[in-house]
Amino acid sequence: MSSVIALLAGVIFGLGLVVGGMTNPAKVLAFLDITGDWDPSLAFVMMGAIAVSFFAFRFARRQAVSQLGLPMQLPATTLIDRKLVLGAMLFGAGWGIAGFCPGPAVASILIGGREVWIFVASMLAGMGLYTWAARRGWL
Amino acid sequence: MTTFTPLPSLIGGLLIGFSTLLMILWLGKIAGISGIVGQLWSAAAGDRVWRLAFVSGLMLAPLLYACWAPLPAVQIVTSTPGLVVAGLLVGFGTRLGSGCTSGHGVCGLSRLSLRSLVATLTFMATAILVVWLLRHGLVAA
Repeated sequence: MSSVIALLAGVIFGLGLVVGGMTNPAKVLAFLDITGDWDPSLAFVMMGAIAVSFFAFRFARRQAVSQLGLPMQLPATTLIDRKLVLGAMLFGAGWGIAGFCPGPAVASILIGGREVWIFVASMLAGMGLYTWAARRGWL
Repeated sequence: MTTFTPLPSLIGGLLIGFSTLLMILWLGKIAGISGIVGQLWSAAAGDRVWRLAFVSGLMLAPLLYACWAPLPAVQIVTSTPGLVVAGLLVGFGTRLGSGCTSGHGVCGLSRLSLRSLVATLTFMATAILVVWLLRHGLVAA
């Protein structure tokens, strides 16, 4: 049952990205280009998402287990450290270069063609590199 | 240049919000894409199925959308070497920083997490700066 909900959630998330315009890197870059021909649309994606999500998490906080009886895995970390800030900077740099963040990139795999595959393959390599380095205790 | 689409973008956002609601209230999980994808292989077998299901849904969504409306274009304006560098940075950075636009940006801000606010402001500011450098700063110099 949890896989069915996860599949459904993935479909809804992906539809949201397509409808919201996030699967078009040119639109994402136009959102980030605040001194150029700025397209503020994606701020509306963020507002819409948080408007629903805010209440979901408020409700979730008061639940011991999920509707399917699974443990409520709310993040417990509140630490603001160098890893968090450096990681966010590296991610932001990549996002600014290509206009793809992980969700829209994965959602575009079957529709975007070769360039999307190059980005996603590189992203998976970057994730793998992190796991490899972290396991060696370098991070 | 792209056109301002407040209403579709707001609707898209509401759908994303509804997806995070399903994930947290039914599965007890954060809908953070970089975490879900990044731990696909390293996760224990029992923790892998829901991740695969979510990622499959995410990939199938545009095909379902295409059944009732023409898909919006995927306009990639970055060179191939640029895409490789960007992909590596996004992959490594989101794992190091424990989240991306969905995990920190949507779920974290919704939880009023200061940690996620710091992450979101940092990646937003960096992305805006990089776009400025590539489009106006370096070219103008």
